[in-house]
Amino acid sequence: MALKTEQMVLNMGPQHPSTHGVLRLELELEGEIITKVTPHIGYLHRCFEKHTEAMTYPQVIPYTDRMDYLASMYNEFGYAVAVERLLGIQVPERVDFIRVIMGEFQRIASHLVAIGTYGLDIGAFTPFLYCFRDRERILSLFEMTCGARLLYNYIWVGGLSHDLHPDFVRSAKEFVTYFRPKIKELNDLLTNNKIFIDRTANIGILPKETAINYGISGPNLRASGFKWDLRKDDPYSIYNKFDFDIPVGQGSMGTVGDCWDRYYVRILEMEESLKIIEQALEILPEGDVTSAIPKRIKPPVGQVYSRVENPRGELGYFIISNGQVNPFRIKVRGPSFVHLGVMNELCKGHMVADIIAILGSIDIVLGEVDR
Amino acid sequence: MGLLDKQFATDSIVVTKVDDLLNWARLSSLWQMGFGLACCAIEMMATSASHYDFDRFGVIPRPSPRQSDVIIISGTVTLKMALRIKRLYEQMPDPKYVISMGSCSNCGGPYWEHGYHVLKGVDRVIPVDVYVPGCPPRPEALLEGLLKLQEKIRNESLVKKSA
Repeated sequence: MALKTEQMVLNMGPQHPSTHGVLRLELELEGEIITKVTPHIGYLHRCFEKHTEAMTYPQVIPYTDRMDYLASMYNEFGYAVAVERLLGIQVPERVDFIRVIMGEFQRIASHLVAIGTYGLDIGAFTPFLYCFRDRERILSLFEMTCGARLLYNYIWVGGLSHDLHPDFVRSAKEFVTYFRPKIKELNDLLTNNKIFIDRTANIGILPKETAINYGISGPNLRASGFKWDLRKDDPYSIYNKFDFDIPVGQGSMGTVGDCWDRYYVRILEMEESLKIIEQALEILPEGDVTSAIPKRIKPPVGQVYSRVENPRGELGYFIISNGQVNPFRIKVRGPSFVHLGVMNELCKGHMVADIIAILGSIDIVLGEVDR
Repeated sequence: MGLLDKQFATDSIVVTKVDDLLNWARLSSLWQMGFGLACCAIEMMATSASHYDFDRFGVIPRPSPRQSDVIIISGTVTLKMALRIKRLYEQMPDPKYVISMGSCSNCGGPYWEHGYHVLKGVDRVIPVDVYVPGCPPRPEALLEGLLKLQEKIRNESLVKKSA
């Protein structure tokens, strides 16, 4: 007797502990096998582009903070670089150094949340606590610098809002020496954990060609074995002064480009970020960080597209200026939004439970998907 | 607990009012709905994690509205999300409490003027017990908000409507 089967449509979210925010996924299932995933977005649409039309250039910075709220420093960084390119101004060397230090600290903090919540999603609770313990130390460094823990408004067009705290360099060095052994601890706890490997290796394989076709960037692209990092390939700020590697996925636990690779590339990247911070702290020049901030920002008529390597991938700002104090239009090319597009490709043919592992591994932030 | 241990070593009795007993039980195990909306959710996660440790106040995140006592609206409520939040709130069993965390859910926050898709305050769809200001509020501020909620619960009564 033939068993009568039919396709089932299952709704996941917007309230779901593992969707990393308010994302709704519409799943089409054949038994327990996924045949199609359709992401529905817009539950956190906060009208960023409408706001930029009404704000002056410096007033946009707090709104860029609130897009990718796990990497606020880097959003400001990208925006400041874009507007400076439009204005054609050069910032003092010290500003560039501090921006890079802050940006790399932010990368570590963001990856720690990604790794911690990834463990949480697939059933490992302890790494989450470990990651947040270390992240708190980075946040206290930020707090020491600009007074805020999460949304900073620190990197301004042409400079920074404050200079570093006199104690900052010492505390930052202390953190670097503290954090190195913690990565090993994390590896023992999660990376080489048998259960974790079983849940993530050979799951959600993203081949290099597919990744490029979908416009994937950042750690997700590098995990697929493609060495592409804007810090090396399209250097901005002063990244060409530092010596660091770009880790790529090796497929050491399964296939190149699986969930485990995407996770492990982030661990390796944290070590590279530590290297950059160490070098920058050694040769941090003196200077005035507010000297190049323009009194009135009124760029000439024109447009610019500028991109930076955000912890999640390529963050681009396309700014059109019509010679006024407010931008005519700012379009943001966010990595999370682009990465969400590949969900269907990754999930096809896997089990329902793997969706959590796949979604966690591409590490999206809904604030930036919806903007 | 040392004090209580001695009390119960022999066949002692404790005299209290029903109100006090119920309120004590309710306020010391407020299970929150593990539900994040935006930036404030990260601070809410930090509050539950190692450094600030929400657990010591009896706050444990539950993934389902049907098992939770308090919902923390942590972030911007958009018009598309507002109806879902109302529905989630309605699914929670009584007694239920709401903490509105951050400027966005208090009044629209930085999106109050041009945010065409942002609800200007979650109190337009569900009743709020405690408002925590900040953008985002520090974990200490959220803890203070929770203590305020506990204070409110402590003064509740089964027969009298609390002010």
